[in-house]
Amino acid sequence: MNKISLIIKREYITRVKKKSFVIMSIVGPLLFSLMIILPTWFASMDNTEEMNIAVVDQTNKYDQQIEDTEYIKFLWLKSSNKETLSTEYKEQGYDAYIVIHDDLLKTPDAINIYSDAQITMDVKRHISRNLEDFLEKEKLESYQIDGLDAIIEDVHNVDIDIKTIKLGDDGSEKESSTEITMVFGIIFALMVYMFVLMYGTQVMRGVMEEKTNRIVEVIISSVKPFQLMMGKIIGIAMVALTQFLIWVILSFGVASVLSSVFLDGAMPQNSQVEMVQGMNTEMDQAQTTEFADSLTKVFEKIDLSTLVYSLFAFMYLFIGGYLLYASLFAAIGAAVDSETDSQQFVLPIIMPLILSMYVVMGVFKNPGSDLAFWFSMIPFTSPVVMMARIPFEPPLWEVILSMVILTASFIFTTWFAGRIYRVGILMYGKKISYKELWKWFRYSSK
Amino acid sequence: MIFLEARQVVKQYANHLALNNVSLQVPEGSIYGLLGPNGAGKTTLIRIINQITGPDSGEVLLNGRKLQADDVHRIGYLPEERGLYKKMKVGEQAVYLARLKGLSRNDAIKKLKFWFEKFEIQAWWDKKVEELSKGMQQKIQFVVTVLHEPKLLIFDEPFSGFDPINANILKQEILSLKEQGATILFSTHNMGSVEELCDHITLINQSQAILSGEVHDIRQQYKDNLIKVDYSGEQNLIEQHLDDKYIIESISPNHHQNTAFVKMSSDGSVNNMIGQLLNHVEIHGLQEVLPTMNDIFIKVVEQSNQSKSENR
Repeated sequence: MNKISLIIKREYITRVKKKSFVIMSIVGPLLFSLMIILPTWFASMDNTEEMNIAVVDQTNKYDQQIEDTEYIKFLWLKSSNKETLSTEYKEQGYDAYIVIHDDLLKTPDAINIYSDAQITMDVKRHISRNLEDFLEKEKLESYQIDGLDAIIEDVHNVDIDIKTIKLGDDGSEKESSTEITMVFGIIFALMVYMFVLMYGTQVMRGVMEEKTNRIVEVIISSVKPFQLMMGKIIGIAMVALTQFLIWVILSFGVASVLSSVFLDGAMPQNSQVEMVQGMNTEMDQAQTTEFADSLTKVFEKIDLSTLVYSLFAFMYLFIGGYLLYASLFAAIGAAVDSETDSQQFVLPIIMPLILSMYVVMGVFKNPGSDLAFWFSMIPFTSPVVMMARIPFEPPLWEVILSMVILTASFIFTTWFAGRIYRVGILMYGKKISYKELWKWFRYSSK
Repeated sequence: MIFLEARQVVKQYANHLALNNVSLQVPEGSIYGLLGPNGAGKTTLIRIINQITGPDSGEVLLNGRKLQADDVHRIGYLPEERGLYKKMKVGEQAVYLARLKGLSRNDAIKKLKFWFEKFEIQAWWDKKVEELSKGMQQKIQFVVTVLHEPKLLIFDEPFSGFDPINANILKQEILSLKEQGATILFSTHNMGSVEELCDHITLINQSQAILSGEVHDIRQQYKDNLIKVDYSGEQNLIEQHLDDKYIIESISPNHHQNTAFVKMSSDGSVNNMIGQLLNHVEIHGLQEVLPTMNDIFIKVVEQSNQSKSENR
């Protein structure tokens, strides 16, 4: 036992001291937040390029019905200009031109936009929204209802906000937020997926390193092959947990810094930078206050017991899933002589892992479905799928059953992998097939 | 006294028999050569002694007692397939490997300091293994093998990867370990080193021990009664004066003296031969020629292969 702790220590220390580990620990949370922030940032980026669009309305019905925006200007021309436009719209200073050649209520596709560049979705949406509004109004007016404007105003004021209330077993009510739950579900599931894949393959590389360095025979003359394998698997698991811990602490740090920055930003005296930046400070303030509000709301909605429960579930499912996969990765590492040979064996093993990420998408639609249930019981997919369900608080017995199955499975795979491992590490220069692996498994049973 | 004994060890792999009833007895404090062609089963036997794998039947005794798990602390093993963690520092790695053999951290460092000074390699302590040449790595590997002062040392092809100078240093170290009381099991293809170092050998061919015994006895047993005679005088004089119990295999004339190889039949003797020559030529030297281990190896293995294929 003393020896296995020596092995664990070596595996742990050599990995934690590596530059790549330190870098990953710091960059990881940043990458994560970038991954979340960047797409929304890109999406929210306004198109700041100015555009002039000529409109030729041959029906003369829609004059001035497309509003200008900050960046897009619409110029309404007479029909007679149409002929020259097609050849000289650029010389006349337009980026594109629109032709409406018939009544849009009768023929909805009687509008075309011409340009040599691709017209962005935003522009198209703006045009159609404006015209649709106008057409709607026109249609409504055709019914000749009294006080129509007031009615429309009234109709527009209807707005509902559905609160989802989670009922406890004792009938207690708790406000929950589907969106936030989903976000946590996906983050947790993704973490399990990433850690299992990342550190599982590290186990494989580590075993392969020992085999190709030819140090393995020196070591197993001092310790049992199983001790060496388990020492490596446990050592690397501890590296993973260390990394996870660093990420959690850093993320909370980053989050609290961010929220305090945004909260401060809401107060004018502290937002000199934004003042300098220009006139839209007011809007920024509104936005940041809103953001800070929603952030506090997020924190309000997570209560401590749920957090502890989720963290416990995460630890258990991660460690269980990791052990399940890592032992198989170790067996592969022992069986092959080089990284290239390992591909054919790695693929079938990570397939269920990849599959489970797809299942997770379905789980969000209906966390209580049969699909979600079965895939959170099958041990190869359960770590990821069950983790995604945890924030939706599935019945406790399901969680426990899933964990029990997972535990039994990793004990089995570890035993199974151990047998292949101890034959494989001393086998050099053999072309390995599944048949060969099966033979190894059997003849070490003597 | 027998320190290590293997009794009728059998090991069967999926489709070949690696060891077929192999027995050997290694006396305490001796250097014991384990010889045989590639794939004969030497490494399998060594792995069984190291408890890396277990025999299907038969047993291995260390100091009269069946092998036990913590016997690995009493054994130092230098495998043929050997290496070190490339990215780890030399000192750190040596301490780690020593601790796996049951040494405490302080003991390991103390002993390592001693060996590093002896080999004058203190400067390597903080270097990464990958910065060292192959020969340097082999030296480290040797130090790690003997560091915990094991009673039984097992060297599998220890000289591979060493230049002649370092091979000689290694040879001296092996001999001095023997003097300090270690028992050494030594597997090699280098027959020259067997003659120089080994007291006993066992030759394994096709999973079976086919020859076993003291090196001296074996060479006696396989000698062809060949005598080398250095003499001066007329070259073919000896041919005239020796009777038909002695057949001259070759004579190489030289400037000052001739060297003849004479084969004796079973009823001849060295004294008798000297008597026949004494009055006719001047004898400078006379020596019985023993076969080299290399010759014996080839002869015995070929014979064994032949009889096996005949039996089939």
